[in-house]
Amino acid sequence: MADGLRLGLVLAVASVGLSLIFGVTGLTNFAHGELVTFGALVAYFLSASGVVPEIPLVAAGILAVVAGAGFGWAHETILFRPLRRRKSGNVSLIVVTIGLGLFLRNAYLILFGGRPRPFDEFTIQTAVDLGPVSLRPKDLVVMAVGACALLGVGLMLQRTRLGRGMRAVADSRDLAAASGIDVDRVILAVWVGGAALAALGGVLQGVSETVETDMGFGLLLLMFASVILGGLGTAYGAMVGGVLIGLASQVSTYWLSPKYRIGVALAVLIGAILVRPQGILGRRERVG
Amino acid sequence: MDIVIVVADAVRASVGPLGAAYALTAIGLNLHYGYTGLLNFGHVAFLMVGAYGTAVTVDQGGPFWLGILVGVIAAILLGLLFGLPTLRLRVDYLAIVTIAGGEVLRTVIRSGDKDSLTGGVFGITQFATTFFGANPFPEGEYGWGRLAFTERQLWVAVVAWSLVALATILLVLLVRSPWGRVLRSIREDEDAARSLGKNVFAYKLQSLVTGGVIAAFAGMIIAIERQSVHPDTYLPAGTFLAYAVLILGGTASRLGPVLGAVVYWFLFEFTDGFLRGAISAGWIPGASSRRPTSARSE
Repeated sequence: MADGLRLGLVLAVASVGLSLIFGVTGLTNFAHGELVTFGALVAYFLSASGVVPEIPLVAAGILAVVAGAGFGWAHETILFRPLRRRKSGNVSLIVVTIGLGLFLRNAYLILFGGRPRPFDEFTIQTAVDLGPVSLRPKDLVVMAVGACALLGVGLMLQRTRLGRGMRAVADSRDLAAASGIDVDRVILAVWVGGAALAALGGVLQGVSETVETDMGFGLLLLMFASVILGGLGTAYGAMVGGVLIGLASQVSTYWLSPKYRIGVALAVLIGAILVRPQGILGRRERVG
Repeated sequence: MDIVIVVADAVRASVGPLGAAYALTAIGLNLHYGYTGLLNFGHVAFLMVGAYGTAVTVDQGGPFWLGILVGVIAAILLGLLFGLPTLRLRVDYLAIVTIAGGEVLRTVIRSGDKDSLTGGVFGITQFATTFFGANPFPEGEYGWGRLAFTERQLWVAVVAWSLVALATILLVLLVRSPWGRVLRSIREDEDAARSLGKNVFAYKLQSLVTGGVIAAFAGMIIAIERQSVHPDTYLPAGTFLAYAVLILGGTASRLGPVLGAVVYWFLFEFTDGFLRGAISAGWIPGASSRRPTSARSE
C-alpha cells in the first residue's frame, strides 16, 4: 500500500506534463516516457557514471530536472511549434511522437547500454517501521519530494498568472487567445514545465528502482492510464489518476501475482473509458 | 562477397512465407488505417493472439483445425476489447489502448512459467506437425539453384500466398460494397457519415474486427513457418513495420500491401546480406560480423 502510494506519486509527477500538453495543444505525446528516461539518465550520468566528476545525487537530480526542462523547450521550439504552424493533422502528429519515441529510446540504448543500473548512493537501505508500514528511508524522501512537487504545481496553477493562463488555454484555446493570453508562450511554458516534471519523475523512479533505457516506455502505459482515468487535459486529474493507478496496481498484488500488475492498470484504463470517458475530473464532452 | 547470392537470398525471403505473412498483416492494417482511418497501434497483438490461439490449443491436445478456430475467435475478442471502449471517442483513445493493450498482453504471456499455458519466455514449439503432415509436395528441392525452397517451405508459402490472394479479393469486394463505401466516408468525415444516419461506431468495430482476423492468420503463418511462438516476436516495433510496409506499397490501394511486403522484405534481406558480406570482406572497419539476434524477429 505504501509502495503503491510511492509509485502513484511518481506517476502523478510524471503525468502532469502529459496531461497539460494534451490540454493546451491537443497532442497525445507518445514520446513522453522518453522525457522521463531522459531525467533518470542525466542524473545517472552526472552522479554515478564516472565519465564526469561525480556530484551528489541531489545536485545531479536538480541538474537533470533543469536539463529535462531544456529538452522540453527543444521539443516545442524545434519540432512541435513548426509543425503546428504548418497545421499538421492530429494523426500525423501522433505518428511523429511515436517515431520520436522510438528514435530516442534506441539512442539511449546506444549511449547507455541495455543493463539496468542503480544509482551509486542510497542503494541498500534497511526499512524503518512507521506504525503499520515499513519503508526504506529513500522511498520516504521520494514520496516527500513527489508530494512537494505536486503541491508546487497546484499552487502555481491556482495562484500565478502563468498558471491561470495554462488552465485558460487548456479550457478553450480560442477564448484564451481572444482575451489577450499569449498562447504560444503558454504552450512553451507547459512543455518546459511538463518535461521538467517528467525528468523529476524519472529521477525519483530511478532512486526507488533502477535506471533503464526503456523505463520511460514502461511507465508511459501507466501514465496514459492515470491521465485518462483522471481526465485527459486536466492537471489535477492526472495527479488523482496517478495516485489511484499506483495504488490499484500495487494493492492488486495482494490477490494477483505481481507479474499481472500492469494488466490491472490496463483493466482500470479500459473500465474508466467505458464508464466515464471524460475521466474523474474531466468535463463531459459530446463526441458522437 | 557474391552479389548473386545476396540477391537470390533477398528474393527468396520476399516471395517466401514471411513476405506473405507481412502482406497479410498489411492487408488487415489497410482495412483499419487505409479504408476506415482507424489509428491502430497495437496491430501486432492480433498476430500474437492468432499465433498463440493456435499454438496453445494444439499444445493442450486439441486438433489443428480447432487451433485455427481458437486463433480467429481470440482475434475477434481482442478486436472487441480494443474497440468497444474506445471507438466512440477521439482517435487518440484507440491509439493509446491498442499500443498499451498489445504490450500488456505480451508482458502477461511472457511472465508465465515454463509449465503454464503459454510457456512464458520459452514459448511453445512443435505444434504444427499436423499441418506439415498434410504437405502434398514430395520431399525435395523446388526452384533454381540458390532460389530453391524445401518442400516444407514451399507448402507454407503456397498456403500463405493463397491466403493473401483470398484476403485481397475479399477486401476488394468488401471495399466496393455499400459497406466499404460507408467505411471510406467515415475515414473522410465521421460526422458527415453520422449525419446520414449511419451507425459509425458499429462500422468501425466491424472494420477493426475484420482486419484483426486477417492479421491473426498472418500470425499463424509466422508461427507455423517456425513451428514456434515466442512473446518477443511481437514487440511494438512490429506494428510500425506493418505501417512501413503499408505506406511503402500505398495506403488504401488494393495491391499496395502485397507489393509493399515483397519490396520491404527484399530491401531488408538485401541490406542485411549486403552489409554482412561487406563486413566479412572487411569494407566496413570496426564492425563485427556477429549476427544480431533480434534483426529477424521484429
